[in-house]
Amino acid sequence: MTTEAPPKKEEPKKEEESFLSLFVHNLWSANTVTVTFLSILLALVIGAVLIVVSDSEVLATFSYFTARPSDALTASWDLISRAYADLFKGAIFDPAAVSAWFNGTGDWQTALNPLSETLTYAAPLVFTGLSVALAFRGGLFNIGGQGQAVIGCVTAGVAGFAIGLPAGLHLVVALAAGLIGGALWGFVPGLLKARTGAHEVITTIMLNYTATLFLGWLILQNGVQDPDRTDAISKTIDSTAGLPALPAPLRVHFGIVLAVLVTAGVAWLVNRSSFGFELRAVGVNPPAAKTAGMSVGRTYIMLMVVAGGLAGLGGATQVLGTADRLTDQVAGNIGFDGLLVALLGRNKPWGTLFAAILYGGLRAGGNLMQVDVGISLELVTVLQALIVIFIAAPALVKAIFQLRDARTARLGASMAKGW
Amino acid sequence: MRRFQLSGKSSQRSRSQEIPLRLELRGITKRFGDLVANDHIDITVEPGEVHALLGENGAGKSTLMNQLYGLLQPDEGEILVDGEPKVFRSPRDAIAAGIGMVHQHFMLVPVFTVAENIALGAEEVRGGPLGWLDRRRNKRDVLETSKRYGLPVDPDALVENLPVGAQQRVEIVKALTRDVDLLILDEPTAVLTPQETDELLAVMRSLADTGKSIVFITHKLREVKAIADRITVIRRGRTVGVATPDTSEDELAALMVGRDVSLEVTKTPADPGREVLKVSGLIVDDDRGVRAVDNVDLVVRSGEVLGIAGVQGNGQTELVEAIMGLRPPRAGAITLEEKSLAGRTTKQVLRAGVGYVPEDRSLDGVVKDFTVAENLVLDLYDRAPFGNGFKLNPKAIDESARERVTQFDIRTSSPQSTVGTLSGGNQQKVVVAREMSRPLKLLVASQPTRGVDVGSIEFIHNQIIHERDVGTAVLVVSSELDEVVGLADRIAVMYRGRILAVVSPDMPREEIGLLMAGVVTPEAEDTE
Repeated sequence: MTTEAPPKKEEPKKEEESFLSLFVHNLWSANTVTVTFLSILLALVIGAVLIVVSDSEVLATFSYFTARPSDALTASWDLISRAYADLFKGAIFDPAAVSAWFNGTGDWQTALNPLSETLTYAAPLVFTGLSVALAFRGGLFNIGGQGQAVIGCVTAGVAGFAIGLPAGLHLVVALAAGLIGGALWGFVPGLLKARTGAHEVITTIMLNYTATLFLGWLILQNGVQDPDRTDAISKTIDSTAGLPALPAPLRVHFGIVLAVLVTAGVAWLVNRSSFGFELRAVGVNPPAAKTAGMSVGRTYIMLMVVAGGLAGLGGATQVLGTADRLTDQVAGNIGFDGLLVALLGRNKPWGTLFAAILYGGLRAGGNLMQVDVGISLELVTVLQALIVIFIAAPALVKAIFQLRDARTARLGASMAKGW
Repeated sequence: MRRFQLSGKSSQRSRSQEIPLRLELRGITKRFGDLVANDHIDITVEPGEVHALLGENGAGKSTLMNQLYGLLQPDEGEILVDGEPKVFRSPRDAIAAGIGMVHQHFMLVPVFTVAENIALGAEEVRGGPLGWLDRRRNKRDVLETSKRYGLPVDPDALVENLPVGAQQRVEIVKALTRDVDLLILDEPTAVLTPQETDELLAVMRSLADTGKSIVFITHKLREVKAIADRITVIRRGRTVGVATPDTSEDELAALMVGRDVSLEVTKTPADPGREVLKVSGLIVDDDRGVRAVDNVDLVVRSGEVLGIAGVQGNGQTELVEAIMGLRPPRAGAITLEEKSLAGRTTKQVLRAGVGYVPEDRSLDGVVKDFTVAENLVLDLYDRAPFGNGFKLNPKAIDESARERVTQFDIRTSSPQSTVGTLSGGNQQKVVVAREMSRPLKLLVASQPTRGVDVGSIEFIHNQIIHERDVGTAVLVVSSELDEVVGLADRIAVMYRGRILAVVSPDMPREEIGLLMAGVVTPEAEDTE
């Protein structure tokens, strides 16, 4: 090894790094697994405070806190522990139901239902998360996962009820329709970026609106709208095109298996394929990629097509697995949640898979929490948001837990020049 | 005593100019993690002395000066000004103590005038803290300083319109208006023409004569010998010797590198063959739409090195980019072995047998987050044996990387290390290894040894000459005249987008230098 000057002085180019690339760099180098776990922990702590504050009965015990602090503390503790216990029971398993199953007094459906719910919510998020993560690896901010997923819902859904095909083949065709629909919706911003330099953040956001409004219009049209209904809802998708449940009474469907397979495929694509090599090179250093003969524009287009296709597949999973018809809310928030899932998974395929499952778990557990303790489902959204905030600000988490700072100081260091 | 008045006339220290400053650095040590960038360095700068700090890139010169200028704090050791220990928390403290610095990359606002730039950070204000700028006074200060030290600057000129040499003068005047007594010049000649360099050396000498001390950071031996009173050589963070200007260049180089190096490129006379690259009537615009290459004709034959000499920014970059298909030309023809390269993509140009070492290594040459192995196949990742256009073949990539690492002496712990962890010289070897691993008809090397340590320079030069000797046509672009003269068999001098003359490398340096500044002498016109 040769002696090197400090990175700051040795590489004047560093100062010209965009904020985005610095952000990604910090995300990867500073955001260890530890920070991810601590972020989740911190979010739960703040969530606990919110749970207490939002419950009027418990809050009342605080009015005489100085007289009998034990009342307030006990009430708070009871509420928090019940809420979080529900979160766990709703997302993973309920010990009571599991022991009942083993004793023969309960059935297996009840015992496995929480996991089934978690994976049901997670499946579409895996796809939209992968869509964002892959685009990110190629240096693009795909905010359009939502629009691409909506179009995926539409094309898969329409293919699901408009054409009659034998079981199996019909499913494949419907999934392919979702994939192609999303891919087309990704192709447009990719093309605009490559040809005109139009920023993908702007174009994909606009296409999100376009997709949502298109869906709202489409489901009221003849041939799409359910003839027996007057509200905005489409015909029911043929059972031949539905993703089979695994196994029947549970909601979890084949989509999660597909999600794992696609995750493996994306991981292979990024690390082992020629296209992955191109997209990684373009993602971190477009000029060098161009100088080495790669076509940056073509890579952007391809990347957005693949990313759009992934999000479209997410939409297809949602409509063919979980929902059975199109409504204007059929895609929910899966595209935007995909952004957060990708961030939480640090833009790595397998990380994204686990992040999606975590999100699915929070959502499934949140449902039980709402029913059982009466805590609003919005708390789950707050928890998700808090986790992401802490992940995005690793320095904050490190400061709170007094971790040794790794390499997060560079944003400030490059400004210390001049007179 | 030295004291910095923060209120009022912040730039005027109440201290007489005549007290010269004596600087002493004792046992300065700076670590970055496991890396010791400065290891107990001792340096004394006497008043009125030009003290050269000589060392390769990455030897720790800049780290040392950043500590002296308050940008970094030493882990150990102390800085003494006139025998008094000082702690510099920021450049402000350093300036207050009488130390100024001119950075390698100028710290000027291009759209401000010279006077505004000089005032920036020490503005003359009238009417209290919320008052207005006293521009007239400011201008007068600039003119006064400029006159006192014989550094002509126009206070009203916009900095962006000034040539590089003049911008540097502005930086020096800026330092001097802050009443500094010790001026650090970080690689000041890197961007200058030979004539501008001579002027700068004269300015340094006259400043030293008025009692200012100068620390001159460089890796150019010629300049050190011309100007320095004393030379401190730093290698791998340590002081390895203090020399006088009488020391020969070879000895200084050996001190810098730690072994004997040959500064001369040894080569046999060229044996030029057929025309490989032919450029005719080429016109190229730069990013702003300004004509950068203006009707250039060039021929490079197999087995010869054509060097393009010129100060940076005279169209060399655009010329090379046009040849490589990275920038569309406005007009003109480029042919490779009589086949037109017009309209070809960069990939097609590369696959047609052109090797390209880009001038900006960290931006265009390597992908720093990629491994050495990946960087070595950045152009051939989709070709057998490294891949088939669909999937990569990691085994072949790794095997080939191991071979190249040995063959090109790339110092890395493993082919799987990221390139960003390598020294500049080794990064450049990665680029050179990649480009020379294909059968070439033409090699285009832009600034092939910029920011590269002396040891690697020798290696890269030998590789280029070796490529020539096997019959490749070589086009070398460099703003270092020594490099062009050393490598080239013919030299084309480029000035403001035109080739002013094609001369022999035996032509006296001064005349080539004049050509680089746009002065066409009768002798130069006669050549070829």
